[in-house]
Order: sequence, then C-alpha cells, then structure tokens
Amino acid sequence: MVEFKRPDKRAVNDIRPMKAKVGIVPNADGSAMFSFGETIAIAAVYGPKELHPRNQRNPAKGTLRCTYNMNSFSVSDRIRPGPSRRSTEISKITGWSLEPVVMINNFANTVVDVHVQIIQADASTRCAGINAAAMALAHAGIPMRDLVSSISVGKLDKQLVVDVDKAEEDWEEGEGPTDIALTFSHNDEKLTHIQLDGIISAKQLKEAVELGKQASKRVYDLQKKALKSVGEEITG
Amino acid sequence: MTEKEKMREIVIPGETIVSGDDYLPGEGTEKQGKDIIAMKYGLAEEQSRLVKIIPLSGTYSPRRGNVIIGKVEELTFNGWVLDIDTPERAFLSLMEVPRYVNKDALEEVMDLGDMVVAKIWSINKRGIDLSIKSRGLGKIEEGMIIEVNPNKVPRIIGKEGSMISLIKDETGCNITVGQNGFIWIKGAKIEDELLAKKAILFIVERSFISGLTEEVNKWFGGQIKSATASVKDTEPKEDKK
Repeated sequence: MVEFKRPDKRAVNDIRPMKAKVGIVPNADGSAMFSFGETIAIAAVYGPKELHPRNQRNPAKGTLRCTYNMNSFSVSDRIRPGPSRRSTEISKITGWSLEPVVMINNFANTVVDVHVQIIQADASTRCAGINAAAMALAHAGIPMRDLVSSISVGKLDKQLVVDVDKAEEDWEEGEGPTDIALTFSHNDEKLTHIQLDGIISAKQLKEAVELGKQASKRVYDLQKKALKSVGEEITG
Repeated sequence: MTEKEKMREIVIPGETIVSGDDYLPGEGTEKQGKDIIAMKYGLAEEQSRLVKIIPLSGTYSPRRGNVIIGKVEELTFNGWVLDIDTPERAFLSLMEVPRYVNKDALEEVMDLGDMVVAKIWSINKRGIDLSIKSRGLGKIEEGMIIEVNPNKVPRIIGKEGSMISLIKDETGCNITVGQNGFIWIKGAKIEDELLAKKAILFIVERSFISGLTEEVNKWFGGQIKSATASVKDTEPKEDKK
C-alpha cells in the first residue's frame, strides 16, 4: 500500500509543533497559551467571583462560564467581530468539556469566568482553546479532579490523521474531509467531549477515538510541563 | 520517601503526589485507594505524614480565624458590609463591636470607605461573619495600605512571623498583614513607612527564593548604607558653599 501523504508531509499520527505557556495575562487569576502549529489560543480565568446578573446565580453550586472568541485578524479573510452562532456553540462546548473535571460545587452563587481568544487560526481552534482553558483553570487555583487534553482527528478520504490543519480541513479528494474534535480527561482516559463533522463509519470512529486518546497523552505531557515551569514557553 | 522529611514540588490537578497507606490527605488533596491525588495546582508539601498543597496563584480563599483588611461597602440597620476581596458578602455585626454604637448613626463608628482590620469569625452559606472584638482589630485611622498578591502573604509573614518581625524591627513601623493581601503600615515618619513598603515589595518579587529572611536582612543593610552614603554626598557640597 502506498504511504498516505499529508499536505504538510507529516506522518498520520504526528501533531504539529506544539507550544504552551502559563501565566501570560498578569491581570487574570490564571492564564495560559496553547498552540498547534499556526493555531494560537490564549485563555484567561477570573474568579470565583460574584455572579451578575443575580438571577443566573445557582445557590447549589458554582457556575463555569466560558467565552470563545476568534479575533477578526486570526484568519486572512477578516471575520466579523462579535458573537456568532459558531462562537456561541464553541463557548458552550468548551464549558461542557471542562465541567466533568472542575470541582466548583463549594462555590455557590459564584462564577468562574474562562475567556478563550483565538489569536491565529489554522483549524483545530476549539482543541487549542480547551487545552489553554484547562491549563488556565489549573493556574487559577480552581480545584480540579484532573486535567483535560483535546485533540482533533480527521479522516481524509479513508485515512485517519491526527491534528487537522486548514489545508486538510478543506480536503477534496475521495470521500472528502471529516473532522472529529475529542477531549479526554487524563487519569481515567474518558471522553469529556466529542464532536463530529462529516461522514464516518462506526468502526472507523472507534479507531479515531483510540488514535485521539494516544495523541492526547502527548498534549497532556506538554500541558504538565508548562504548568510545572510557570512563565516559560514549552515546545514539543 | 521516608528520608525526605519535607519535599516541595509543583503538582498539577489529578497528579499522584505519593502513594502508600501511611499518608494522610491534607488541604487540596484527596485519597483514592492508596494514592494521594492533587486536586489543585500548587506546591505539594509533606509534614509528618500529612500531604497538603500550598497554592501559588489564584484568588484569596477565606478561612475561619483569618485576620483581613476590608473596606466598608454598605451600612445596614444592624452592621456593616465589608469588601474583603472575596465573592461572598462579609458582614460585621453590631454585636461584634466592643463599644457602644448608636443604631441610628452607624457612620459615627465606621463610615463608607473606611478601612477596617477584622477577623473572620465564621463562614456559612449566607456569607462571612466578621468580628473586631480582639486586640489589634478595628478601624484604621492613619498609615498606609498596600495591596499584594494574597498567595505571597505567607512569605511576608515568614516562619513563625520571622520575616514580618524583621521588617518591624528594621523600620520601626507597626505592620498588620491581612490574609487577603492588604497590608497596613503605620510608622512615626512617612520615610519609615515607605522603607517598609519597599521591603515588602522586595519580598513579593523574590518570593520563590529559599533563605529569603537572610536576603532581606542583607538588603536592609544595603538600604542603610545607601542612606548614609547620600548624606555624605551632600556634605562636601555644603562645605563648598
């Protein structure tokens, strides 16, 4: 069988060069940057603090509020600033993927704000955003059961690949592109988030999840390293 | 691990700090089977089998018995609401003030915007209750208040108060460190207060160094030398005149 060639000549289970740094927003209670190749996400965490408006307060447990935003200059085709259907969806998804590990039950009536900004986009932005958000939450001293690591798995024609970039997202040969965003919690290796865009068989989806699980461990190692050396940029 | 009486290492949430039956989970940790798992990001410390996590960043989390410095935010019919940099409401009841208060004129005792040294007396679902019934607590009348990162407060106080008593001795100022990161400095002269402030900022900047008390002691030596040097510099000029 001919070896599959990716547009940027990576092997099928190669992740683009990753970068991570903790403590990049001095004003925030916790902050982090995470990048996959050309995709750069920064996250800042504020809180726990009083939740306004008051009617959204939950007296039983704390609230995790995530906002995802892509900067208008993050892509060559300027995108309209402000909330959109897409960014609202990813904000929700980011919150849901983090909720299983964040333990804010004791922070009744309060909110933990997570702001994710995409500075530069080259696909897999939600994965980079979730990785940065998980690091920023840890850095803010929020109690967490575990850390989550996110990775995207794509299907180009019939081939599964790890960490999709923009050229691969627009794949046009054969069956076309399918991309799956996956988030795993590290210790119990469980999925906290999965999103699928495209067509894939159930059998191949299982393979994709397995592939993502292996790749997420590399992401976790980098997150761990960055958290242990605050203020230093870690590459890998 | 038995040889190491004290180990200090940065741990991340979900990481196993130590495993073994004879360890006890302290603050910020949880026991899962045999392992002690970190539930928070910070420095893991083990002291007499108790493993706990010292936070390095994040907001101030109030504790019972903490002395804090807050600002009067609201007057109610039976007390004051203070802003102490926590998401919860901090309430100082009339009953917890050791003097007679005219209920119709609470502002005579403490008015909006006044800074108060208080102690956290209890924490419950409704919020935080404060008290100023002990010595050294009460409204701040004069001096200087500076704000630092609350995570640096243990370093400013030092082991059994060694650091703070060093600053007090060197500057002759009276210093009250609130656990929420507010520090009240009161000295005879403004110069003394500024020196104390400089010393505290010096500590905050170098909070990661071990043997910091020694370092600060040396720093104070340098400060005195430079102060005398500047006096010498001015003397010859006066001679020329």
